[in-house]
Amino acid sequence: MAFPHRPDAPELPDFSMLKRLARDQLIYLLEQLPGKKDLFIEADLMSPLDRIANVSILKQHEVDKLYKVENKPALSSSEQLCFLVRPRIKNMRYIASLVNADKMAGRTRKYKVIFSPQKFYACEMVLEEEGVYGDVSCDEWAFSLLPLDVDLLSMELPEFFRDYFLEGDQRWINTLAQALHLLSTLYGPFPNCYGIGRCAKMSYELWKRLEEEEDGETKGRRPEIGQIFLLDRDVDFVTALCSQVVYEGLVDDTFRIKCGSVDFGPEVTSSDKSLKVLLNAEDKVFNEIRNEHFSNVFSFLSQKARNLQAQYDRRRGMDIKQMKNFVSQELKGLKQEHRLLSLHIGACESIMKKKTKQDFQELIKTEHALLEGFNIRESTSYIEEHIDRQVSPIESLRLMCLLSITENGLIPKDYRSLKTQYLQSYGPEHLLTFSNLRRAGLLTEQAPGDTLTAVESKVSKLVTDKAAGKITDAFSSLAKRSNFRAISKKLNLIPRVDGEYDLKVPRDMAYVFSGAYVPLSCRIIEQVLERRGWQGLDEVVRLLNCSELAFTDMTKDDKASSESLRLILVVFLGGCTFSEISALRFLGREKGYRFIFLTTAVTNSARLMEAMSEVKA
Amino acid sequence: MNRTKGDEEEYWNSSKFKAFTFDDEDDELSQLKESKRAVNSLRDFVDDDDEDDLERVSWTGEPVGSISWSIKETAGNSGSSHEREQLKNRNSFSTYTQLPKPPSTYSLSSFFRGRWCPSQSLACSFAALSDTPAKSYAPELGRPKGEYREYRKWSSSLHTSSIFIWQVCSLERFRSLQDKIQLLEEAVSMHDGNVITAVLIFLKRTLSKEILFRELEVRQVALRHLIHFLKEIGDQKLLLDLFRFLDRTEELALSHYREHLTIQDPEKRKEFLKTCIGLPFSAEDSAHIQDHYTLLERQIIIEANDRHLELAGQTEVFRKHPRKASILNMPLVTTLFYSCFYHYTEAEVRATRRRKIPDKQYVLTALAARAKLRAWHDVDALFTTKNWLGYTKKRAPIGFHRVVEILHKNSAPVQILQEYVNLVEDVDTKLNLATKFKCHDVVIDTCRDLKDRQQLLAYRSKVDKGSAEEEKIDALLNSSQIRWKN
Repeated sequence: MAFPHRPDAPELPDFSMLKRLARDQLIYLLEQLPGKKDLFIEADLMSPLDRIANVSILKQHEVDKLYKVENKPALSSSEQLCFLVRPRIKNMRYIASLVNADKMAGRTRKYKVIFSPQKFYACEMVLEEEGVYGDVSCDEWAFSLLPLDVDLLSMELPEFFRDYFLEGDQRWINTLAQALHLLSTLYGPFPNCYGIGRCAKMSYELWKRLEEEEDGETKGRRPEIGQIFLLDRDVDFVTALCSQVVYEGLVDDTFRIKCGSVDFGPEVTSSDKSLKVLLNAEDKVFNEIRNEHFSNVFSFLSQKARNLQAQYDRRRGMDIKQMKNFVSQELKGLKQEHRLLSLHIGACESIMKKKTKQDFQELIKTEHALLEGFNIRESTSYIEEHIDRQVSPIESLRLMCLLSITENGLIPKDYRSLKTQYLQSYGPEHLLTFSNLRRAGLLTEQAPGDTLTAVESKVSKLVTDKAAGKITDAFSSLAKRSNFRAISKKLNLIPRVDGEYDLKVPRDMAYVFSGAYVPLSCRIIEQVLERRGWQGLDEVVRLLNCSELAFTDMTKDDKASSESLRLILVVFLGGCTFSEISALRFLGREKGYRFIFLTTAVTNSARLMEAMSEVKA
Repeated sequence: MNRTKGDEEEYWNSSKFKAFTFDDEDDELSQLKESKRAVNSLRDFVDDDDEDDLERVSWTGEPVGSISWSIKETAGNSGSSHEREQLKNRNSFSTYTQLPKPPSTYSLSSFFRGRWCPSQSLACSFAALSDTPAKSYAPELGRPKGEYREYRKWSSSLHTSSIFIWQVCSLERFRSLQDKIQLLEEAVSMHDGNVITAVLIFLKRTLSKEILFRELEVRQVALRHLIHFLKEIGDQKLLLDLFRFLDRTEELALSHYREHLTIQDPEKRKEFLKTCIGLPFSAEDSAHIQDHYTLLERQIIIEANDRHLELAGQTEVFRKHPRKASILNMPLVTTLFYSCFYHYTEAEVRATRRRKIPDKQYVLTALAARAKLRAWHDVDALFTTKNWLGYTKKRAPIGFHRVVEILHKNSAPVQILQEYVNLVEDVDTKLNLATKFKCHDVVIDTCRDLKDRQQLLAYRSKVDKGSAEEEKIDALLNSSQIRWKN
């Protein structure tokens, strides 16, 4: 269990520096508004903020009371109000309404808005339009990298996915480039860069431009992290849409891990209260089971429980002195372990109950059939029944998307009938959701006379060749064929195994999906690292619709030690799943790499679907 | 793409995925239960100690002293000084240790020297164009403290985001269309969406919309930013104009339709949906919009009628099963369920059903509704069909195994379950279901028909001692009439 790293595996850099930077910058910004003030915090920023600061730090810097930003009139009586928000239009409207209400009441206060991680021009425009521009001072808190774990950095920007992959808005590219710049300033330089996807390429270009403007501060330094890999989420939707069966992924799918911690309800804690639990490498029990296939977790936990029992049992027959030693030295650790163990056993039990109830086995079987591409009719009717029985709307949507991507779109007859039944089961307003999914390329219809092509040719006639090229480009990014089957064949994503796939001793990354499928994203990363570039992968890249969008940038002078070359930063634009993280950790152990993950947010199938949904549950 | 039948069977018969199943309650769960017992047995010993080493957690589960916790506290008390005092006290024993001030081991200033401009050339062109000298971006410094020195530098150098350029350099200088377009293209080439939007806001203000739309039509990246911006600030009118100009009729229609989500009043919403019917949707979507309208129209009538019935208190079903929520804005299937529940014998069900609900879905929904009311007679009628000779026959478009499951979920009595388990065609499924739901007679009869003595013998241990079932099994086992296969 919990395979050790190879002895020559590189050490991970210490990312706690990032927390200190963020905290100190926040303190600096709070000090910009001297004196007592009330702080209004946006709900989405509360958990990240909790991870780097606490109430007493805020109090030390003269924050009096804390409020959540919500659409209600403020009760605060303070003379100074400070708002800590994401750059969103609705926040600006809220702040403007507060300020204007004060003005009407003849009240003067000081207002400060701190945008995190950066401010947008559109936000300032709203403040200007609402007539409060001069009354409010604006600042930025560039808190864009939160270390959730020793090897996981999150930007905590789930909206990145929808903003870019649905709306085509590039607002977060600068944020990402700044974050990469910060990393290379602190831990860089990164001698070898690889990437795939349009967003990855743009972020890379902007980041490089940032680096050029700097006067080569990092040039003389020895690289710590030898390789960096940028990958767009839309290169591989399939993996993100699958049900997760490694422990950490399953906990995320079942309970939702939020900002590195999870709320275990009474059914897990076997008491009457819920418990917020941090899940990271410091939790010794969790650390050993997080990457395991769920089936292995039980035996591990029962082994642990037996060991623990034995340890406690030792106290029988101890004399006073031994007992004293036991209490002072071992008891605390045992108690901690006991607490963790009973939590994770409770979690497993709760997961088992839920999964058995929802017929998880059938579901997994259907997913595997979709991934392998057989029995399509049967899977389609399974999905249909799911919809008819009004099983969770998100789940039904996810299965439809999986069917669509693996099959290059649904055949028109199925598309119509599934869509109709979906609208009847979950509400007609989901018409908008379907339109979103089609635009993002997640759920499409196989159509011979594609409407997009028609528009494309029509537009092309109007403009010059050069511009027409641009348009075709833009269109193809939105409606591209997934070619999953061909890619799967080329990259050997479905392992052919004779006999039983032993999940206790995984042989490849497919173990994260019960041995049925190697995550595409991770396979691409593996291949590129092995080949040190995209050589020989032309066909795959073409099938991924990324012909112009796969890049390599290797530094000529090779100061990078072999150790640093085995430390690899993987950047997921649009989110990554815990299954992908587990798969790459496995690859790392096999090859002597260490991976560091940077993601815009940790995601899973439900989050992706919710981001596309127009109707709030 | 599809594999042959043979392949599939081989696939599912191969043992690849048998390593673990979520159905396998017996093995895995018992292991888990055992571990749990072991751990729980230690609890007494562990819990009698104080829990100082554990994180102190408030009743909501938030760690005391955390920010989320504190905000809930503020929301909870209306800010009286007494309570605030309490809050302070509680904070004082917050278990978060105070983090040490950052030691200035790393000199940040050495990292972030110099000022970054996203595009030097662009910045220069702005500088040249601008009369006002570029004001330096210096945030008002309050009380400079030693510990912040690094951060002041940091915030005024690295942190200067690209937008700074746009603030100091007045965009008003860009007056010719050519300049404006060049500005836009330069912004697009930098990839920063915030800058692109900034330029678009300027162009929107200084160009007629026809010209703006015309230029954007061939600049898709910028166009997408404008569309998203208009959606976000809610400039619906301009958005619709834009779609109209671009001849994107479907997006135009959908965008208009989206507005209904913001209308709360059901009558107004209905009227609004009526205006959507004529919009240029695809043929398929047009039908959905029409359905949406008629559904809401129907729901408004049902709602008014039923609220009245419920208040009057004369109808039994409403008294026994008061409505939990209004039927307004519910999906069609939910409405059908509702109708099957409250109005099964009336025209309401037929009216809802006429709305192109597939047979399967109708049966599923009606079954669930009638079973919930324990109206077994209706359930029976649902599956009874007469052929042309007048013989009755049981048929279920969803398969009788599903019927049994739904009945069980609604806690149907064993006699009823038994009847439907018997109708399951596949013998294995039948046996499984019968065992799962304790339909003893079915299990026993099936074993007898299969001449499977061993299985019958095994089942004997699962029935109660001295029960009629046990007698029946014994009678069969002792019978000399049956030629057992094992």
